[in-house]
Amino acid sequence: MIGGLIPSLAIVTALLIGGVIIWASGPRLDGPWFGIWFVVEAYQALVEGAFGSRASTIDTVLRTVPYLFTGLAVMVGFRGGMFNIGAEGQLAVGALASAWVGFTVTSLPLIIHLPLVLLTGCLAGAIWGGIAGLLKARTGAHEVITTIMLNYVGGQLAAYLLNGVLRDRSPLNVIAQTPKVAETARLPDLIPGLHSGVILVIGVAVLVWFVLWKTTMGFELRMVGINPDAASYAGVNVVRRMTWAMGVSGLLAGLAGAVQVAGVNYRSTLGFNVGYGFDSIAIALLGRNTVSGVVLSSILFAALRTGATKLQFRTQISTDIISVIQALVLLMIAADQIIRWIYRIGPAQPEAVADATSTAAPVASSESGR
Amino acid sequence: MTRGRFAFIIGCIGLLIGGAEVLRSPDVSASIVAASMLATMLRFATPLTLGALAGLLCERSGVANIAIEGMMLSAAFGAFLGAAATKNLLIGVLAGMAVGVAMATLHAWLSVTLRVDQIVSGTVINIMAAGITGFLSTEVVRRQALVGAGLLPALRIPVLADLPVVGPVFQQQPIAWVALLLVPITHLVIFHTPWGLRLRSVGELPRAAHAAGINVIRTRYTAVMIGGAIAGIGGAYFTLESVPAFEPLMTNGRGFIALAALIFGGWTPAGAWAASLLFGAANALHINAQQFGIPVPAQIVGMFPYLLTIVILAGVIGRVSPPAAVGTPYEAD
Amino acid sequence: MGSGTHDRNAGLAMNVVGGSGGAPVPQEGYVLEARGLTKRYGSLLANKDVQFGVRRGEIVALLGENGAGKTTLMNMLFGMTAPDSGSVLIDGEAIRLQSPRDALALGIGMVHQHFMLVPPFTVAENIALGVEPSRRGMLDLGDLEAQITALGRRFGIDIDPRAFVKDLSVGQQQRVEIIKALYRGARVMILDEPTAVLTPQEADDLFKVLRGLAHEGTGIVFISHKLREVLDLAHRIVVMRRGAVAGEVLPRDASPESLASLMVGRDVLLRVEKAKSVPGKPMIVVRDLVVNDDRRVRAVDGVSLSVRTGEIVGVAGVQGNGQTELVEAITGLRTTQSGSFHLSDRDLTRATVRDRTDAGLAHIPEDRQRHGLVLPFTVEQNMILNRYYRAPFSRWLVMQAKAMRDQARDLVGRFDVRPANPEAPVGSLSGGNKQKVIIARELSRDVRALVAAQPTRGVDVGSIEFIHGALIAARDAGAAVLLVSAELDELLAVSDRIMVMFRGRIVGAVDSATASREDIGLMMAGGVSPEVESVTR
Repeated sequence: MIGGLIPSLAIVTALLIGGVIIWASGPRLDGPWFGIWFVVEAYQALVEGAFGSRASTIDTVLRTVPYLFTGLAVMVGFRGGMFNIGAEGQLAVGALASAWVGFTVTSLPLIIHLPLVLLTGCLAGAIWGGIAGLLKARTGAHEVITTIMLNYVGGQLAAYLLNGVLRDRSPLNVIAQTPKVAETARLPDLIPGLHSGVILVIGVAVLVWFVLWKTTMGFELRMVGINPDAASYAGVNVVRRMTWAMGVSGLLAGLAGAVQVAGVNYRSTLGFNVGYGFDSIAIALLGRNTVSGVVLSSILFAALRTGATKLQFRTQISTDIISVIQALVLLMIAADQIIRWIYRIGPAQPEAVADATSTAAPVASSESGR
Repeated sequence: MTRGRFAFIIGCIGLLIGGAEVLRSPDVSASIVAASMLATMLRFATPLTLGALAGLLCERSGVANIAIEGMMLSAAFGAFLGAAATKNLLIGVLAGMAVGVAMATLHAWLSVTLRVDQIVSGTVINIMAAGITGFLSTEVVRRQALVGAGLLPALRIPVLADLPVVGPVFQQQPIAWVALLLVPITHLVIFHTPWGLRLRSVGELPRAAHAAGINVIRTRYTAVMIGGAIAGIGGAYFTLESVPAFEPLMTNGRGFIALAALIFGGWTPAGAWAASLLFGAANALHINAQQFGIPVPAQIVGMFPYLLTIVILAGVIGRVSPPAAVGTPYEAD
Repeated sequence: MGSGTHDRNAGLAMNVVGGSGGAPVPQEGYVLEARGLTKRYGSLLANKDVQFGVRRGEIVALLGENGAGKTTLMNMLFGMTAPDSGSVLIDGEAIRLQSPRDALALGIGMVHQHFMLVPPFTVAENIALGVEPSRRGMLDLGDLEAQITALGRRFGIDIDPRAFVKDLSVGQQQRVEIIKALYRGARVMILDEPTAVLTPQEADDLFKVLRGLAHEGTGIVFISHKLREVLDLAHRIVVMRRGAVAGEVLPRDASPESLASLMVGRDVLLRVEKAKSVPGKPMIVVRDLVVNDDRRVRAVDGVSLSVRTGEIVGVAGVQGNGQTELVEAITGLRTTQSGSFHLSDRDLTRATVRDRTDAGLAHIPEDRQRHGLVLPFTVEQNMILNRYYRAPFSRWLVMQAKAMRDQARDLVGRFDVRPANPEAPVGSLSGGNKQKVIIARELSRDVRALVAAQPTRGVDVGSIEFIHGALIAARDAGAAVLLVSAELDELLAVSDRIMVMFRGRIVGAVDSATASREDIGLMMAGGVSPEVESVTR
């Protein structure tokens, strides 16, 4: 049973159901055949919008970057036994902090300034995530709620700062955003329009894989995620490792924010970079909490989002259809019995699944992690 | 729910109202501030109380429920749609309840029958609610230019509503009254009826319930679905009592705050209600800050409910334990 | 697969003497009977064509080791599981039990091994559960409470209906379970390993109650793996092995050895071969240790003991008297309130688990699935679960796959772990083999001190012999071994000295070669034997 079978079927089924919804929302002149043609056209627009032209492919790749960062963030959290729903807030504070360093500091060369900006984003995100991790480890406060609360606190904080001290005071600016960051704080482009954050995220993905599956820290993290009692027995400092897990998770999300600032907008704007919170969870779960799975899922989701604009343009169906499709994918991943029932696949092998569910690492994480 | 905790809650509410009085600008009268705070507090506590009661039923049967947010959001949309389509507000409320039950049934199916991790199941519901309501609100509402049927009118208690300061407390919209009534009703049912005893046994030690001949699965489904209906009423509050329209993501985290209220209230109806009042008071202060001329930035005040939730969860104000079997699916062999 | 006497129905006079006080049992048919019951769990055949029955007023013991199928059989008789084939009969009529509700309605009551009592509820609420008396929709427990007190008085069970179950002792909780079954009108009562959690005194009290019930006509099925109890209490003994009935005997025709060999299928050595110990210097030294349990209550109340190199010291006691907390404190899984723990002359009282491991302390945990293993991890990963951070298994924080694999292959062979596949997830192994993985891990390095807690719980007899051998080998190699066990026989066979814990204190210490079970049993129940040695060294 290939690890990728269920997720692939889930996507296909979700797209089929999505197709039905599109058909129902579209014009149905001249009987059903016309309606189906409409669905085909819709999906055609979707694919075109994602990969049809050089510009759109670049768009898709650019969108993949933050999805991959936040997807990895959530994955690391899951592997550590924790449900990080706070990618949204961690990304926001990461963006804020890195933008601040980006426009406040002006006399450093790029070699120093850019890494500094990115690291600041990492640090801010790590703190935002680490708080939830520490609370969970020390007090048992469930990280699902604390991270969601921190999302809202982060949102309020961003609104406060972006309307206040961090606001761009130039006379032409009317919205809540920071001034543009210095030239030395911007990610250089690989090709015009495509910033080098793409290289960075690939490197980070490899690094995450290596750390989680090849180092002692990753071994400890996965142990804690599956069985914290055994981890205590094995001599692991569980409190420290759980905090570390959420810290790393937050770091990755904060880096996502920093990269968006340094590569796309060159500033932090209120209301931008919203929506990664739930998407990242779907990406991690669809990718079965493995690095390769998360990479593929991020590309998929980015393609869906990029293509959705063209879909809307062509067919008048709102881009929210993508959210519906995502929700369906998530539903079928969570309840993979649905897929098994539809496609008559046998039950899951008891091995890596049995004790990973309902304790910490939710939803059948594939143990090899590749 | 200890006396100490109750006192703490009353104390905090007092602090908030007191704080509003102290910080108000001199042009605004003290009695107006107090009256406004009290009435707003009760109003805002309504969806929180209903959400908390929904979560209470669910969790007392052993099913963790972080999907209150999604249930209320989808019910809000359902209520709006129902009322707008039929121009009848009561139908709207019923539609909201129906949607709440539907979402709850999905949660029950995922967590109880399929034994999916209950947190994952809850998150799936939340994401589905956001996605589906977002999509439908654009496709259906905007396309067909559906207009809401307005808001439910307030019901007043004759003599009491004319009292100074506390008067407005006795003039609330129907759903707010329902929320108030449900608190003692839920308490009676859970702690003084046979069904309530069975419910609690299923939530504490399902195998004991099973050995006593109780159908654990059926009890959980029932509890979750009734909870869904209550969450549905809570959702209807947003579109039929608060704002006569549906905005995507309009619940804005209140489902999670309801969950925090439930936890802080020690999984009891009275406790959940008191905690909801506290959050309601915080929210009231946030909304009215400008009106009262309070010189604290709105966003800072706005953070308070969320920070308070975190503090509560961290057990800084004492620990409570959930029903022992929450979060674990039951394997009836 | 049946041997021994096996009479099915009336016709043969069963003159039952011995066992329960000599009262003859009427020779009627069975009140509750299992005919040809078969149950399969996946590839495991838990019950195979089982024939079993109990008569009115009869006490039948169902004997067998862990995994023999006793609990499965009882679950089918109580309606908690449905059989794949065969039938259950009451008074000779076949019935279909779809849930415990049906069983209860037909007069079958069960006292489970793990109590089915809701801790935050009162005794009355627990008994009412499922048959709640009510008035106008509201719970009305007044009459019930009076009935409970009356029932209790009738059978010599003294219980307060308003007490909260979580405040009751284990023995009292068990009595609540019995009253619960009686209240529902049980004509047959099934007790699953009831003395596992009782002191010898409490067990005697229970037997008195059971004999009283039998005298009044209740049929009793008593499940156990304790040979002596079964010989003492039962009118008739049925032995199960590997899912089938291996034999049926009368107590007067049986002995512990004959029963043991029926249970296992071959002659079993009940005594372990071991050389005399040659103890050296004190290695595990505990002084005035005070440890709290999860509820902040004192579980270990000033314990002092010492284990020298080359000796095995056993700790006897009924579960729940502080042994678990003592082990956790010594191994670092729990903080101590006061007192000290030294390994030789090194103070490890406040040391982390890792420091203790590095200092040469090994731990075979009581709850192997919770503490000892990470089930989805492979055998090879579990083999180095607490040593992954050291060379050669990791270098500069990077794990070395080859070193891990070599180690696993070596240990799997040496300790006979089956299946011998280092890449198998450890969760797929049997209980005995899981335990072997843990033992391989703990004993394959230089160990100065070993703490073994319930090392043979839930393990098949073949592996038990192996594990005992491994403990003795460790002792002979110079380790100090502290063995905590609820099985007195194991302690007597394996340890050199035995200490008894009761209510968080050491109340006695004896030499295992000269000790008597009665003295130890007395100490386990809190009485003090006149030959108590001084326990502080």
